[in-house]
Amino acid sequence: MMKTDFRKEPLYIAVLAGLLCLAFFLPSWMRFLLQTALAGGLVSLGVVVQMRAGLVNFGQGLYYCLGGYAVGMLAVKLGITETVILLPAAVIVAVIAGGTLGLLLSRYREIFYAMLSLAVSMILYGLLVKAASLGSTDGFNVPPLSLFGWTPDRAIHGDVNYIVTVVLVVLACIATARYLMSGAGMLCEAVAENEIRLQYLGASPRRVVFISIVVAAALSGLGGGLYAMSINHVDPLMTNWTTSGGFVFVALLAGRGSTIAPVLGFFLLELVRTVALDVAPNAWQLILGLVMLAVILLLPDGLWSLISRRAKS
Amino acid sequence: MTNEPLLVTDNIEKRFGGVVAAQEISISLFRGETVAVIGSNGAGKTTFVNMVTGYLKPSSGQILFKGRDITGMSPQDTARIGIRRSFQISQIFPQLTVLENIMIADIAALEGKGGLSARAIKSDRIHAAHASLARFDLDKFATSDVGTLPQGVKKKLDIAMAAIDDPALILLDEPTSGVSVDEKISMMESVIEPLKGDDATVMFIEHDMDIVTRFAERTVAFYEGTILADGPTADVLKNNKVREYVIGGVHA
Amino acid sequence: MLKFVAIMLDGLNYAAWLFLVAVGLTLIYGVMRILNIAHGAFYAIGAYACASALGIYYTLGLPGALAFVAMGVVALVVGVVLGLVMERGVLRFLYGKDEVLMVLVTYALFLILEDGVKLIWGVESYFVWQPYAHFGYLEIGGLPYQVYDLAMVVLAIVLGVGLWLWLVKSRMGRMTTAVVADREISAAMGINVTRIFATTFAIGTAFAVVGGVVTAPKIAVTPGIGVEVIILAFAVVVIGGLGSIPGAALGALMAGYARALCVHLAPEYELFAIYAVMAIVLAIRPHGLFARTSGRKI
Repeated sequence: MMKTDFRKEPLYIAVLAGLLCLAFFLPSWMRFLLQTALAGGLVSLGVVVQMRAGLVNFGQGLYYCLGGYAVGMLAVKLGITETVILLPAAVIVAVIAGGTLGLLLSRYREIFYAMLSLAVSMILYGLLVKAASLGSTDGFNVPPLSLFGWTPDRAIHGDVNYIVTVVLVVLACIATARYLMSGAGMLCEAVAENEIRLQYLGASPRRVVFISIVVAAALSGLGGGLYAMSINHVDPLMTNWTTSGGFVFVALLAGRGSTIAPVLGFFLLELVRTVALDVAPNAWQLILGLVMLAVILLLPDGLWSLISRRAKS
Repeated sequence: MTNEPLLVTDNIEKRFGGVVAAQEISISLFRGETVAVIGSNGAGKTTFVNMVTGYLKPSSGQILFKGRDITGMSPQDTARIGIRRSFQISQIFPQLTVLENIMIADIAALEGKGGLSARAIKSDRIHAAHASLARFDLDKFATSDVGTLPQGVKKKLDIAMAAIDDPALILLDEPTSGVSVDEKISMMESVIEPLKGDDATVMFIEHDMDIVTRFAERTVAFYEGTILADGPTADVLKNNKVREYVIGGVHA
Repeated sequence: MLKFVAIMLDGLNYAAWLFLVAVGLTLIYGVMRILNIAHGAFYAIGAYACASALGIYYTLGLPGALAFVAMGVVALVVGVVLGLVMERGVLRFLYGKDEVLMVLVTYALFLILEDGVKLIWGVESYFVWQPYAHFGYLEIGGLPYQVYDLAMVVLAIVLGVGLWLWLVKSRMGRMTTAVVADREISAAMGINVTRIFATTFAIGTAFAVVGGVVTAPKIAVTPGIGVEVIILAFAVVVIGGLGSIPGAALGALMAGYARALCVHLAPEYELFAIYAVMAIVLAIRPHGLFARTSGRKI
């Protein structure tokens, strides 16, 4: 099976869409958890996209946080509560940040990239924690958003938000799949495996990496915006290294086989975390770390590789 | 075939601190030529190739390609204007299949021309890739993972990738090294033929004088960073200094 | 004038601290090619261990002057034991793997240890200010300067020079330098690379723990001090060049004084000072000041 072949992706995304439609009828706490997890899933997808080029971003929460705060600040400071304006704004802010940072970071690889991305995300964390006007560590609340001018009643607002989230997440997966199937996406694999050779074939590894950084930023910004819309709150933890660690964790487990893997994977993570926090509230990171170690040692290609291997036999 | 040289290196030199890896290298290559480069290890052959393909910037001197100054151009840019190379240790994408390797070479060649946004895996690209592999007798390996292949096949793939987009000048760095003795000639044949078919200028580094005699009409001999001799192969191989310093005086 | 003295002294303090927390990281990377993110957790464990040990010590009513001996013992024991456990218990099964994979592994270890610290010591803050105040202060240029801080600067210099001398003069140190240059040839020449790795990791860890131990009397020991340290340490190490000990010293000085300047002249930018230095250095030399040039790959 070819590693660069994502032509089956539309099928998987259709499956995801189907599952999410069915999930509309889940008990409301679970559906809400799914809704917020989908937002995080997009960020994990962003990490996966960069992993394809051989880069591990330990600070993807930066763009997630920027997207969320963009929505929050426009809503609170400028009174704009229209979803159709706010969510694209979140993506635009994240893309601008990604493009700017990408210019600097696209020339780095391996540990430099990992640590610099971690450092940048923690710089934002430090800034937000010190920003009293933004609520510092508490963050601030985001008012309910309207959709095409219509503000749904409280009774159905949750349903509306869920539908908006599902639609946008499915669209984001489709867009990501298109990217992965493009030349830019396929060359990411080449960058990861033999960058020098790629240069000698006439392509610019830096440009390929830059594109992957921007795509990942866009996904994460959208995720942050959706998160702000769903829970009506943003805070600096969104860019904390522990949050980013969760995205990396899911990306590792999900592997690079499909766009739906990290999205669903993040939901599984959130489910497990809900249980774990009940049982052992101060050991969540410990569990995460142990599982990460186990996966690294036993499953170098992530859990998705298990599924696809079975399909072959 | 015009008389304008395709590639001219004008007195190029490469120093690393106090070490002179190459100096006074002035060579003109013409379209359609097949030139062999010989010399013992460390003589400057790969340094020369590295300078022409942009991996190293010459400390002094000039390189002209199709009349244009390309001194110090990056490997990407030299590749884009039509200079390609293969490597002593084959540089391929180890975790992908042979077909994927060729397709990546194809996409990379289109990078400036919309190759990045267009779909990567299309049926016409797959056909073209199979055709490229077939030219070099590699099609039977198309769906194999590169890591499982023998050295000779990897080296051919390396060359096939360099040949994508019909470069005007292709430099092969020891194409038969690592290949067993009885396979060397057939390997060179399967590689030189398709390259000559495009009227490409081929320059290859070799240690095996049989291969040199058989496939190159012109030979350049390097010694300690300078050119010892440059001319028709038969003459160069009979040259006393070449026999003493490069070949070792064994050949009759 | 007062400000100048303040900047000079603060810069020196901060540089000494940065050197202590960074040198272990760069040593381990230089020898083993592992960027140990868990380094931050080792620092935190050092701080907590010091807080606990001194807590017991003072409860037993033992003399204040000898607390420093206790601190030294704690640093050494915790550092060496922790280092050996990590290296022998986890890392040695992963040698030869991809560098990024190793970063993920040390990141996972960091997650585990951070929670481990919270489970053992809880989430409240610990304070052990007694050693910090013990020797009082000197007056330099009209400003009070804690003798403890001076001692820390001296310690950083002594340990730094000591480490460098060990690498250059001692037998094991020279073997370590050989391993840095070429692991395979060193092994082929009979050097016990396994022992070198274990020793190096223990030393690097000990440095991190020492950093935590000497800092504990100056701060509130809380969860989360680890992550700030690993990022700062990485910034210093990057400025100096990964694997270079003189680089770590120079990087620490540059970063320390940059921060001191900011704190006294432009406090709003204090957070950025070190990262600004890092960004400027990287712009000029993308892999740090004394970065090792790599050989020809093709």
